[in-house]
Parts: sequence; C-alpha cells; structure tokens
Amino acid sequence: MKNWLRQHRRSLTTTLARLARTPLASLLNISVVGVALALPLAFYVILTNLQSLAQDKAPTPQISVFLAMDAQASDAREIDHRLKKHAAIAKFRFIPRDQALAELKEKAGLSDVIASLGRNPLPNGFVIDARENTSAALEKLRDEFKAWPKVEHVQLDSTWARRLDATLQLGRLIVLTLAAVLAFALVAVTFNTIRLQILTQRAEIEVAKLIGATNPFIRRPFLYYGAVLGLAGGITGWAIVWAGLWLLNDRLGSLTQLYGTSYALRHLSLPDAASLCAFAGALGWLGAWLSASRNLAEFDPE
Amino acid sequence: MISFNQVSKRYGGAGGYEALKSVALVINPGEMVCITGHSGAGKSTLLKLMCAIERPTSGSVLVNGQNIGTLPASAIPFVRRNFGLMFQDNKLLYDRNVFQNVMCPLDIIGFDAADAAKRVRAALDKVGLLGKEKALPVTLSGGEQQRLSIARAIVHRPSILLADEPTANLDAAYAVELGELLRSFHQVGVTVVIATHDEQLAARLQPRRIVLEQGRITT
Repeated sequence: MKNWLRQHRRSLTTTLARLARTPLASLLNISVVGVALALPLAFYVILTNLQSLAQDKAPTPQISVFLAMDAQASDAREIDHRLKKHAAIAKFRFIPRDQALAELKEKAGLSDVIASLGRNPLPNGFVIDARENTSAALEKLRDEFKAWPKVEHVQLDSTWARRLDATLQLGRLIVLTLAAVLAFALVAVTFNTIRLQILTQRAEIEVAKLIGATNPFIRRPFLYYGAVLGLAGGITGWAIVWAGLWLLNDRLGSLTQLYGTSYALRHLSLPDAASLCAFAGALGWLGAWLSASRNLAEFDPE
Repeated sequence: MISFNQVSKRYGGAGGYEALKSVALVINPGEMVCITGHSGAGKSTLLKLMCAIERPTSGSVLVNGQNIGTLPASAIPFVRRNFGLMFQDNKLLYDRNVFQNVMCPLDIIGFDAADAAKRVRAALDKVGLLGKEKALPVTLSGGEQQRLSIARAIVHRPSILLADEPTANLDAAYAVELGELLRSFHQVGVTVVIATHDEQLAARLQPRRIVLEQGRITT
C-alpha cells in the first residue's frame, strides 16, 4: 500500500515535471482543450440564464375554468370552496356570467350581436393562477379540474410556456451535441499528444520494459498527463467563460441602467464548474488510456 | 535454473529465417557460461529467449520452472526482474545522468528512495563510477559506459546476469577489466551467461563453453 502510494506520487511529480519541461507545448495543449470546452460551456451558461430569466420575468400563465350552463350558484360555491383548499393554487378569481357579458359588450364592441342573441351565452367562470408554472404542472391541474362536477371546459393558457419549453429543449440539445463533439475533440487531442510523447520516449519505454516494468507502471505517467491536461483545460475553459461574462455584465450594466432596471448574467455555479473540471479530467484520462494501450502494445514480445 | 528443450526460433513466419534449431541445454544456478559462435549463429537469439524478449516458435524455455513461451504478457515483467541485462548497444538513457540510469530498475520494482540510493551507490562503487554520479552518459568513455550498463544490470541483485557481446566496443585493457568484473559476480553466486565471439575473454574466464553453429549447438 505504501509502495503503491509512493509510485503514484512519483508518477504525479514526473508528470508535472514533464509539463514544466515543455512549457510552450503544454500551454498550447491546455489552451486547445480550454477553448474547445469554453464553447459549449458558454452556450450552457447563456441557456441557464435564459431559463431563469423566463421564470422570473414572464407573465404567469392562467387556467380558465368554465362551468356548465345549468350550474347553480351552489355549484359555483362548491368549486370556490375546493379551489380555496387546493395547495397548488396561488390565487383565483370568480367571474360571474353577467359580469363576463358586460365586459364583452364593453371591450369588443359586440353589443349588437349579443343583443340579437336575446340571452346570455356565457357561463360562470374562474381564472386561476397556479403556484408552479411548468407546463407539466399546469396540465396536471387542468386534468384535475376537468373531472370536477359541473365543469364544462378548462382552458389552459400554456402556449407560451410550451413554446419556451420547446425552445429551451432545442437549446439544450444544441449544447449537448456541441459538448459531445468537443468532448470527442478533447479525447482526440490527448490521444495524439500522448502518442507523440510515447514516440519521443521510445528508448526510455523500451529500456523500462526490458528491465521488468509492467504496462500499468509505464502507462501511469501518461494517464496522469492526460488527466492533468484535461483538468487544466477545464479550468481554462471555465476562466474563458468567466472572463467573457464579466465583460458582458459590464456592458449590460450600463445598458440596463438606461432602462431603469438592473440585470446581470449569472456565472457558472460552483458545483457546475467542479463537475466540468472533473469531466474534462476524466476525458483526458480516457484519451491517454486509449492512446497508451494502443501504442504500448507494440513493445510486447512476439 | 534455465533449461531449453528442443527450442526452435523462426523469424518471419513459416518459411522464414530459422535462427535456432532444436536447441537443448541446461544452465544451473551459479554457473558461468560462455555462448560462442560466428555472428548470425543465434547467440543473441538464445539470450533473448532466456529473458522473454522473444518467445520460442516451438519447444519450451523454462526459467526457474516457469515456461516463458506460455506465460501471459502481464507476467513477463516479473520474469525479467530475475535477470540483469547487458545489451550489445548498452541501451543507456542519454537524457539521464549516471545515478538516474542505475536508479531505473529500482524505480520499476518500487524501492524506498533512501534504500534505493544506497544500493545505487553500492553498485556504482562496485564498477568504479562512484565519482561520476552526476555525469551524463555521453561524457563517459566507451569502457565507462559499459561499466554503467553493468551497474544498472546488477543494482537490483538479480540471480542471473545476461551479457550480449560485452567486450564488442572495448579495447583489450578494458576487456580484461570487464572480464574480472563478470568473474566477481560469478564468485558471489550469480549465474552469468555471456554471448561473445571474443575468444580471449572466453579463454581468460574459463567458463563452460556452448558453441553455436548455424542455430545448432555443436559442443
């Protein structure tokens, strides 16, 4: 165990020394990884900002419940009673049919048409604000209200919510695709870097194998190199996005001030940043592992 | 103990060049053996089969009871640790100094650093390079490089020392010196196997002789 720890510590110091010995090449490699990661990361940050913006500032969707024409005042009271007790409802308003008719006459200028009908065609209605405005929650409420007695029709004003949802889904898909492509690029970059390192250290590897080094022993420093490369690239990507947001926020601040409000883009959260770095490190390790396993096999005896 | 049982080695598949033909031999622990023969007779191949750099085409090679031909690749490093290897071209690492070159095998085995340093100095002392710890191999003479190669071969105290043409690049005086070094290892119980076409070396050391001719043992 102590021996094992010592070997790992030694591998890590060897790796860091290797990075430091060729500072320019290391820096360029790390930048490539960093820039590759910054792109999907920037999209992701913009997306999360849009999402929270949408939730904060957009008008709340409402549910309209229309009662049957033959519903009595007692039925309306029953619905009123149920809505009051319902936990998922923020507030609601009862609109009696007479009031609705009066509003319609006033607003739409349809008084002639309505007068010709001879009777009030509008039902009693409720307008409801839910606590949770996701389309799933709203749809659930709609289905629940539909089943109540004397409820003729429930209308969900959720078109905008669905559109926003679809747009965000599309954005998420773009981020995922971009992330997948660039994750592949990260693996490819480490693969190639490690391949070149193995080529330049041919003599050393050959001697090590001849005097009894195991494959894991030889592979280890390369794996560390890949992981460190990915990790440093992840930090670089995060730094690039952070700097970009900082610049944007500076401009955005003066812009929104002119409109009398203030708004700032949110930075990547700490858990997100940490998982980004861990993910990048793991990808670097994977690239190095693939490369080392492939390129070290040729040293085995025939 | 090393034993070869009807060992053949063919390079380049069926119809390729057959370097060894039905070789049978036994080398006992503590023996000193010289393998001689003209170049191309199969001396190097014989050594490479012993330490699993090559695998036999047919027949079996046993080292301390383990069959080299059928061992999985993952077990081979551990077989190699029984050996100290001296190569024809030395195979020193030219970007590392003398001390680090000798440190290599101990690093691989995973020795404690302080313990390893003591052993490295002992090995360097043995070959007379103690004063040149920090020197790079290129600054050493041919004889010194050969001695460095010995130090690296014996630093982990192997039970078998294999030397491929150890005197090839040395002048007569150095060759004598090197012969004495090899003899000293033999005297402390190390099995020493030398492949050479240097008749003088073989005559001085008076080892058991194995003569190869076109891949067959003649004596």
